[in-house]
Amino acid sequence: MATLEIQGVQKSFGATKVLHGIDLAVADGEMIVVVGPSGCGKSTLLRIVAGLETATGGRVIIGGQDVTLREPKDRDIAMVFQNYALYPHMSVYENMAYGLKIRGLPREEIRARVQKAADMLAIAPLLDRRPRQLSGGQRQRVAMGRAIVREPKLFLFDEPLSNLDAKLRVQMRAEIKRLQRSLGVTSLYVTHDQVEAMTLGDRLVVMHGGVAEQIATPLDIWNRPANIFVAGFIGAPPMNFLAGTLLPGGTGARLDAGFEVGFLDGARVGPAGTRLTIGIRPEHVPPAADGPLKLTVDLVEPLGGETLVHGRVPSDESLTARLPGSMHPVAGAVLALAIQPAQVHVFSGETGQRLDR
Amino acid sequence: MRRRVIFRGKLLPYLLLAPQIAITAVFFFWPAGMAIMQSMLREDPFGLRSTFVGLENFAELFADPLYLGAFSNTLVFSGSVAFFSIAVGLFLAVLADKQIRGANLYKTLLIWPYAIAPALSAALWLFLFHPAIGLFARIIRGYGVDWNYYINGGQAMLLVTIAAAWKQVSYNFIFFLAGLQAIPKSVLEAAAIDGASETRRFWSIVFPLLSPTTFFLLVVNLVYAFFDTFGAIHALTQGGPAKATETLIYKVYVDGVVNLNLGSSAAQSVVLMVLVIMLTAVQFRYIERKVHY
Repeated sequence: MATLEIQGVQKSFGATKVLHGIDLAVADGEMIVVVGPSGCGKSTLLRIVAGLETATGGRVIIGGQDVTLREPKDRDIAMVFQNYALYPHMSVYENMAYGLKIRGLPREEIRARVQKAADMLAIAPLLDRRPRQLSGGQRQRVAMGRAIVREPKLFLFDEPLSNLDAKLRVQMRAEIKRLQRSLGVTSLYVTHDQVEAMTLGDRLVVMHGGVAEQIATPLDIWNRPANIFVAGFIGAPPMNFLAGTLLPGGTGARLDAGFEVGFLDGARVGPAGTRLTIGIRPEHVPPAADGPLKLTVDLVEPLGGETLVHGRVPSDESLTARLPGSMHPVAGAVLALAIQPAQVHVFSGETGQRLDR
Repeated sequence: MRRRVIFRGKLLPYLLLAPQIAITAVFFFWPAGMAIMQSMLREDPFGLRSTFVGLENFAELFADPLYLGAFSNTLVFSGSVAFFSIAVGLFLAVLADKQIRGANLYKTLLIWPYAIAPALSAALWLFLFHPAIGLFARIIRGYGVDWNYYINGGQAMLLVTIAAAWKQVSYNFIFFLAGLQAIPKSVLEAAAIDGASETRRFWSIVFPLLSPTTFFLLVVNLVYAFFDTFGAIHALTQGGPAKATETLIYKVYVDGVVNLNLGSSAAQSVVLMVLVIMLTAVQFRYIERKVHY
């Protein structure tokens, strides 16, 4: 168990810069989830921490020791790969014992540790099997077992659940969380799935284009996204954005869609007429008979407990609303929606950054 | 996916198979049958009459110290050719599999030896190692070794082994390179994170995962060394000195073509035929059953 510090890590492949200086400090026992769309550099960051890629600049510090120039084997880390990366010619037992054998542990201790991890993961009956005789979920458990027995300073997860089917994914997600809590090992978890990120992470790093856009707790990110990218990435269906301008005094915004919203949490600084982007999540536009927001419905997705309605507002911007499952508007209808003023997010129209009072 | 085609008549399928069957019959079964028949005959010195002698030719062969000598030569020769060509091919493939500049050029160049005719490559080795005019022979002499494979049987064996193995390195190289590229990178990365050094990763992960390839190549190389190295031996040593490099296949040629002892030569061919059938059977059995990950 240890802390992890990433200081100004940069990475270029030839002329292409994929990481523009990432800074992150992970506390002992904390689980950090790095989330972002594909190609954002999150896997590269993880591989740099693992020592599988060399950083072009910056430092990686594990447990107070600078490991930037060390080989993976000298970093005392364990990693769970997306495709599990089990050794195909070894039994499950040998897979889990491999790292321990290399470190020259006594046979008895290896046996004890493997047995303990296997019991913890409920794979004890599989110890004599080969990886190809296992299902995807079982392979995933073995890969985790291989990481656990090493008792490393740091766990690295590289999209470990993306090869599993939806049901198994939810189940394994809960299991990973439980394991990480009980073992208390500092972890770095990379995923593109924002639900996984929200549920697993003590804190999230939202990455985009090689930059960490925001580092905060899941609820912080949900409640106060730092910019339009984060706001649109975290949350499903994603947040709606409506263009508008700042009212005199900064007390609210006049939307292009034809109405005004007031800022309950205080006035924004800036001259009247400044371009703004107003963000509002689909669950915060409830239907209201006298609502100012007129939505022309063009697609309805009934999900049972709720109904998602996609449509356009008068300014021709698209908007999604999450309505109670009892409502089934038809395409072409015009819905009147309200905006919950306390749930409004204000972003600069130019930079996309969050504007607070 | 395999699609089953069902023919209505019986004529068409046989007609379609006919060319292949004809070729196999004329070029494989007929000569093989002739060899088996010939192996039970003995010709008079002038080749006018032949007498049926049953298995006497075989009995004589296995009582003949020269034949048994050729047998042990063949074992030593094939074993070393297979070992060296596989070891060097694997070594080069491991190097070529790394990210290096000009890897494609390097790979292409390594495949060239396979395209050179055996007699030509043997001539090349001859010029390099000829005791009187050879370039390498001079260098070896410079180190105080009395290099003369025309006299020294051990040196002659070494030379034909190297020449024969050299040619097969390319073939092994290609197969090993393909085998290496089929190993998922993440498995090696996992081993690196598990703490294995590069050497250890090779012996505990890469080599076991290559074992199907290695086994296949072992059989192919043995068959090559048994049957395909006539050119190299003929051009370099003619089986000499004092039959030190006379292998089974070379002895077939010497006894049959040079000494015109057709019965014995045919019996030797039949023995070789049995050997290759055995090797192929072993190969099929294992390739079908064993080691696929």
